Amino acid sequence: MLPHSKTDKPKTAPLPELVFNLIVLSLAFTSGFIIMSIELMGGRILAPYFGSSIYVWGSIITIFMLSLSIGYLYGGRLSVNNPHLGRYGLFFIAAAITLIPTIVWSNAMMDWVFVRLEDPRYGSLAASTLLFFVPTAILGMIAPYSVRLLVAHAAHSGQIAGRLYFISTLGSALGTLATSFYLVLWFEVDVILMTMSAVLATGGITAIITHASQRT
Amino acid sequence: MILRTAILVMLMLASATTVAIEIHQEKSLYRNIVVREADNRRCLLFTVKRGDRNQTCMDLQDPKRLVFHYVRMAFGGLLLKPDPGRILIVGLGGGSIPTALAELYPDATIDVVEIDEAVVRVARQYFNFAESKNLKVKVSDARVFIKRALLQRQTYDLIMLDAFTGDYIPEHLMTQEFLQESRDLLSMDGILVANTFSTSALYDHESETYQAVFGDYLNFKLPASGNRVIIAARQGLPSDFEIKSQAIKFAERLRPYGIDARDYPDHMSREKDWNRTRRILTDQYSPANLLRGED
Repeated sequence: MLPHSKTDKPKTAPLPELVFNLIVLSLAFTSGFIIMSIELMGGRILAPYFGSSIYVWGSIITIFMLSLSIGYLYGGRLSVNNPHLGRYGLFFIAAAITLIPTIVWSNAMMDWVFVRLEDPRYGSLAASTLLFFVPTAILGMIAPYSVRLLVAHAAHSGQIAGRLYFISTLGSALGTLATSFYLVLWFEVDVILMTMSAVLATGGITAIITHASQRT
Repeated sequence: MILRTAILVMLMLASATTVAIEIHQEKSLYRNIVVREADNRRCLLFTVKRGDRNQTCMDLQDPKRLVFHYVRMAFGGLLLKPDPGRILIVGLGGGSIPTALAELYPDATIDVVEIDEAVVRVARQYFNFAESKNLKVKVSDARVFIKRALLQRQTYDLIMLDAFTGDYIPEHLMTQEFLQESRDLLSMDGILVANTFSTSALYDHESETYQAVFGDYLNFKLPASGNRVIIAARQGLPSDFEIKSQAIKFAERLRPYGIDARDYPDHMSREKDWNRTRRILTDQYSPANLLRGED
């Protein structure tokens, strides 16, 4: 029995569907925003070691697409059994935590790659993998899981998926714009990434608390 | 009838101004490259829209003469280091600087780093640029090149940074960390010369960044030029007197290139004429292109 199915409702504390949907959608928006913000920061992080040529961007985009695709697959897989807001929140916490090594040890990791790979194309590809694969894959798990959480509350799955893509991609668009136009002008790279990590953690905790209060 | 009028108008225009002939055009990975000829000058242009900036020009009747102020100004650094044995030039352009330096110092090793392979081809084909035993071009990002050179424990007596096209600044080549790496690559009495900007908020940020890495340096500006050339030393600057006497000694050797070295020392300032409260540029904070748009 799914916890969020209609029949289950009376047992849990009443959480209006609208509020539930708002939480999921705003978290999906946030993850969309942060994915693109991190991707743009990737260009900044790699430039001192590999330059900022087209192949550096190629490496970053490749790794982001690849890790997102794997995240989608795995997130969709996890959404099959007993999906709930608590586990959803854990994805955000995990993304927040796995982002920290990227911030703290980025230079150490790139130093390591730099002395081993002379060609900046493969150097930037390897560095992107080390720096971004894990957090981005985890962020990729959020989208399909969001769809599943929302679909538990409505029958129109296609429409729900469309709304979810809309909101998370809108987040990505705004994340790209905000980061490249303004954030880099105001803040240091690490400050931006730390903030992203903190926002993810806060989002995750909110989801977990909501889930917990719903069960009692 | 219309056609005839049009031709007539075109002929009139042609006689009124010298027609620039485009002899080469290509889209490289990084920019549009155009080679144009007019008034006995052959010029290399990047990004032809927005004000047609000439990157380098060659005087076809006197190919040795350096046409632009800022190119000549880069040689001001030689007044502080008259006998560099190893030279690194970042940014090839039409190759006029490395060609002139190779002529001045036939025994010096000169490495040029240029990111754009197409620029190297164009310099060879249209600007008489030729590599030799002592003059080598490496197609690479300058930051990557310098990091590798440091790993190999190389040093240079003179580093010339000429990587800014005027339209777009490679932001990772204007940070404290990059300048620190460049400084580490200098020999103990080495000199770094940077051809760079003299306007916008970026002037303050960049000046402060150089100050943070090199301490005091020379700000070299000529009234006729919109550029400024930063001349910084790994350890301490020579006195004005030393620079002036070097200029007098050197003047004859530099004259064939159109360089009036005697005039230079008076325009090299040690004054900190920028807003010293501005943030320095670092790998963490380097919005150079955005700052250029600010006053």
